[in-house]
Amino acid sequence: MKEERYQQIEQQITPKAPVAFNMLKAFLVGGSICAVGQAISYFYIIFFNFTEKTAGNPTVATLIFIAMLLTGFGLYRRLGQFAGAGSAVPVTGFGNAVISAAIEHKTEGFVLGVGGNMFKLAGSVILFGVVSAFAVALIKTILVSLGVISW
Amino acid sequence: MVIVFRQKPAILACAAVAGPLEKRSVFFSYFDKVLEDERVYEQTNEKGQMALVRETCKVLLEKAKVKNLDIDYLLSGDLVNQMTPTSFAARELAVSFIGLFSACATSISSVIVASLLTEVGASNLAIAGAASHHNSTERQFRYPIDYGAQKPATAQWTVTAAGYVLVGQYVDGSPYIAAATVGKVIDYGQTDPFHMGAAMAPAAYQTITDHLKQRGQKIADYDAIFTGDLGTYGLKILKAMFAEDGIGQEDLKIIRDAGEEYYGEDKRFQAGASGAGCSASVFFSYVDLQLKTGRYQKVLLVATGALLSPLSYQQGQSIPCTAHAIEVCV
Amino acid sequence: MIFSFLFAFVVGGLICVVGQLMLDVGKLTPGHTLSTLVVVGAILDGFGLYEPLIDLAGAGATVPITSFGNSLTHGALAEAEKHGLVGVLTGMFEVTSSGISAAILFGFIGALLFRSKGTID
Repeated sequence: MKEERYQQIEQQITPKAPVAFNMLKAFLVGGSICAVGQAISYFYIIFFNFTEKTAGNPTVATLIFIAMLLTGFGLYRRLGQFAGAGSAVPVTGFGNAVISAAIEHKTEGFVLGVGGNMFKLAGSVILFGVVSAFAVALIKTILVSLGVISW
Repeated sequence: MVIVFRQKPAILACAAVAGPLEKRSVFFSYFDKVLEDERVYEQTNEKGQMALVRETCKVLLEKAKVKNLDIDYLLSGDLVNQMTPTSFAARELAVSFIGLFSACATSISSVIVASLLTEVGASNLAIAGAASHHNSTERQFRYPIDYGAQKPATAQWTVTAAGYVLVGQYVDGSPYIAAATVGKVIDYGQTDPFHMGAAMAPAAYQTITDHLKQRGQKIADYDAIFTGDLGTYGLKILKAMFAEDGIGQEDLKIIRDAGEEYYGEDKRFQAGASGAGCSASVFFSYVDLQLKTGRYQKVLLVATGALLSPLSYQQGQSIPCTAHAIEVCV
Repeated sequence: MIFSFLFAFVVGGLICVVGQLMLDVGKLTPGHTLSTLVVVGAILDGFGLYEPLIDLAGAGATVPITSFGNSLTHGALAEAEKHGLVGVLTGMFEVTSSGISAAILFGFIGALLFRSKGTID
């Protein structure tokens, strides 16, 4: 059996991901999570005197709390299987990555297990967020001080 | 490399134990015992896997009506951190133990070693087999259990199950291992850890082809050829590879895959089952019964294994695979 | 108010569709996809484009992970405006602390309360 022939057979038989259907599911679920976020931020604006600008923080915290419950009861895994990026891209997906790792490594104790592994999935998001934010802000600050652009 | 056994090392007894989710398996009624708790009421997944190995060996000893001190060797292995679950179970059984790693092919590689030990007269009774545990394997190789990642249709579900056999001197009427093929490591450059069946199919193809060639046999000489855990798509690829060689559809029908059939039609398990316990629990329950009742006279059991680690995957290496085969006759 | 929900739904959904394309067509792992989206969010804010998106879509722009990159950059820029280059380093977590502190806290509580189960339904 030639390796090239195998590659052809493998390509023929492997099912293609249903991209259009997956996109639709991601759109509906992701959009719904954001709409729920919008409702939560109205809740904070109306009842707790937050403004449109500051309501983002408590909204995010609330969504992560909901993600904790869904993760703990094994529901976020099923949502993720259905929605793909629709449940991974919203901040609840970030919460799920942290919380699922924390729950999983509970058996190794709270210091070595939970503490040491909590960010094993979500750590890269923080890393690249910080590095890229630093780079972007640095470039912009230098350009402003050179007078090329203004704030 | 094909080994022909003159002494006919025999399968004296078989035992298969599975986890609670495996009640959904089509092979459920053939298992000796199904555990009510996925961790066997232990604190950790790894201890649960250890208990699974221990329980299965216990059932095996009871069925064969022997004690652990009668056993000369335990040959087994698993996929979790340096095989600690199996090693820890061996500690409790207190028998001479060799840990083996061929990933999911350990279910057969262990039987080959046991047969060799029996053949040379070093062992009267040897336990061989393998176990896998869904939770402990998933967290080792993929993501935390509760992480919401979307699995493709080619993904397979690691079973919580174990299968062990007692290999000993030939007695009349028992199924025996006539020959075995130790597989080469085959790597056709597959890199997707959610498409193991495609990576393992060439290894199964190679091992089966080598075995048939050196034994001077053809597929139709067998009542059944069972592969381990290729899953729906891996089995299709394997059959397509044999079809390329001009083997007819009628002959290909006798090639079956334990992983593909394991959970029946339930699509939530995607392409089927995987794990060392998948092939072990099917071979050493269902297939054994078919041999004992005379439905099969001659079968080829081929366990496939993907020899990757999380480290090799992250470092961008492809997935090397192997397949080991035993020819069991009655 | 109805429109704010609609915009949040559509914009948030579209960002997720981009993520799904990266997973299915780009064959990226979830880790690579999310990291890339965060970087995109940071760059968009560098050009001053993310704030208008938040004004338009509200939670549709603040809930997806891209907003994490945006708020990191935003905090850094706000401090840089006051203190120059030092501010870039000190201001980064000014705005975005709540997401991370919530994830850490609820991760800890989750580990206290739950344990993982390998069930299918």
